[in-house]
Amino acid sequence: MKIVVKLFASLSDLLPADSRANSMEVVVHDDATANQIIDLLQLPRKKVHLVLQNGLFVEPQDRDLPLIKEGDAIAFWPPIAGG
Amino acid sequence: MAWTQNVLRVNLSSGETAKEALNMTWADSYLGQRGLASKYLAEEIDPAVDALSPDNKLIMVTGPLTGTMASTGGRYSVVTKSPLTGAIACSNSGGFIGAEIKMAGWDMIIFEGRADTPVYLYLENEKAELLPADDLWGKSVWEADERLHQKHQDPLIRIACVGRAAEQGNLYAGIINDLHRAAGRSGVGTVMASKNLKALVCRGTRGVGNLKDPLRFLQAVEQGKRVLAENAVTGQGLPQYGTQVLMNVINEMGALPTRNMQEVQFEGTHNISGEAMHEPRSSDGQPNLTTNAACFGCTIACGRIATLDKGHFTVENKPGYWGASGGLEYEAAWALGSDTCIDDLDALTYANFLCNEDGFDPISFGSTLAAAMELYEMGVITEQDTDGIELKFGSAQALTRTAELTARGEGFGKVLGLGSKRLCEKYGHPELSMTVKAQEFPAYDPRGIQGMGLAYATSNRGACHLRGYTVASEVLGIPEKTDPLVSEGKAELVKAFQDATAAVDSSGLCVFTTFAWTLDDIAPQIDAACEGDWSTEKLLEVGERIWNLERDFNLKAGLTGKDDTLPKRLRKDAAKSGPAKGMVSELDKMLPRYYEIRGWTPQGELTAATRQRLGL
Ligand code: SF4
Repeated sequence: MKIVVKLFASLSDLLPADSRANSMEVVVHDDATANQIIDLLQLPRKKVHLVLQNGLFVEPQDRDLPLIKEGDAIAFWPPIAGG
Repeated sequence: MAWTQNVLRVNLSSGETAKEALNMTWADSYLGQRGLASKYLAEEIDPAVDALSPDNKLIMVTGPLTGTMASTGGRYSVVTKSPLTGAIACSNSGGFIGAEIKMAGWDMIIFEGRADTPVYLYLENEKAELLPADDLWGKSVWEADERLHQKHQDPLIRIACVGRAAEQGNLYAGIINDLHRAAGRSGVGTVMASKNLKALVCRGTRGVGNLKDPLRFLQAVEQGKRVLAENAVTGQGLPQYGTQVLMNVINEMGALPTRNMQEVQFEGTHNISGEAMHEPRSSDGQPNLTTNAACFGCTIACGRIATLDKGHFTVENKPGYWGASGGLEYEAAWALGSDTCIDDLDALTYANFLCNEDGFDPISFGSTLAAAMELYEMGVITEQDTDGIELKFGSAQALTRTAELTARGEGFGKVLGLGSKRLCEKYGHPELSMTVKAQEFPAYDPRGIQGMGLAYATSNRGACHLRGYTVASEVLGIPEKTDPLVSEGKAELVKAFQDATAAVDSSGLCVFTTFAWTLDDIAPQIDAACEGDWSTEKLLEVGERIWNLERDFNLKAGLTGKDDTLPKRLRKDAAKSGPAKGMVSELDKMLPRYYEIRGWTPQGELTAATRQRLGL
């Protein structure tokens, strides 16, 4: 299935040069998990702190569950904060 | 014992200055900075006083750890009654002036009365002199700063100054120190200017010592710094991307206030994000971000220093703006950007420079402009009102032109300087003002982050994110994750954040440390520095006392539980997109529980038992 992967902050270095708005389309198998996508992108898992699926928080323990659907947007951030 | 125990009282009406002993009984109950100065203010003025009359007082105050070796220990606050909200105001700033005041030997400076003609305070250790500032009046902060440096011929003086916005009565004018750090919210600069006080010029050479247990203090400080360095957020995330990295997070979550809070996601987010600040511009190949920067003693260094493209339309012929200066923080970027639908990063940065140059709050300005844009698009405001400016959402020209007018308090800039509430009332549409207690919202839509709705509604200084930053929990999972779309349990969360933050704000430390530190990391540092017994439990008790003292001040000033509310738009109009689509703020479900756990009546008043428990 096709999904949209978004990489932000220091993770955005991994995006192809022609990507727009920090996102790219990726084809994954139908029961892909967040952690499998992280591995596919060769991101060190401990560098990925925040995962949002269609804007909703993915709990660390849910990152190995096949919760992703066709067309979903999965966004990843390293450790960040703001104010 | 960390406090210098010296208070400088400056009577601007008589021109006299006097040294007093700090009230140590109050210091034991209110710690310092925000808490201690709020106690002084509550004791010394009638809360019902006109904020811009000589009877109001303005207190510049440090915390016990200000000027010490503790990481981020450079903070100071300005406490007064706000002309914007009518509530108690406390604006906190970093930079270097706080540590300088402390090193000059003072915990606190209390300004009272009003000078007949413009003056500034020159403070060099014991020496405190009021000097004429006629030649500085009408000058921007940046120009006044330069003149004062030339006059005193001392590169090490530190300056806190008001700009033309404050002089012209802008109700959200701040006090700028070190050129681009700000005690920015609630109009504390407006009060300073109303006293004919242009600046504080400070030089302190005494260092800060007098610690209760110096060796234990150094050990506690070292341990604290290690925690900050090893924590991925404070050690890497904040220094590299600053607060602006939140722009994309909050947009993805559907909580980015957009188009005067009519929408919760902005299509131009990427262009104004922390990531975009790092990218080379197509025009000159340089990034907007030049470097990060640290306040006094800070080992996090989240500050942004930015440089504009010299060819950008805003500065093409203005070399004065070509140098690196204070760049966009998330709070300025959303208000100047998504709320007005403008995605021109350099235009936002230029407007932010103007906010620093003439001392006005970019959150309140951006939000007020967004309300004016909505009124313009409705046809209520026309170009006759706006000095011919086409006030359309998305217009970078409208933003930068109105910022220039607001900086100088000219034309339509004078109207924008009233703030969103008064502007919307003036044009007959009070419902379009996105404010609580007349202060404009920060960067989180409470429909998508429910706890923030309660935090805004109950904040003692009007809508504010820094009084109870539940975003840490609801978005970032610090200290633990809660669901942003759920209102249940948020009363407890908001209260816990409010009380802990009140304690941190009273210590001299920066609240950003709490992305890594809990009060368990902070208490040992305070305890080793300060006389008395400063456990985590005591800090929480002090925080709760401060919160209730501020509330009590506001009630005496005439505010009531009815002011603990949100605009109808956020309570009745559902979010249009994102995860919170279809949701409104559930404030009405959270507020009664909040009052209950605060020990307040259903009307939001302190009960006798609460007063007694907290020693109020
Ligand atoms: S964390 Fe940022 S705002 Fe806080 S003291 Fe450090 S540089 Fe200043």
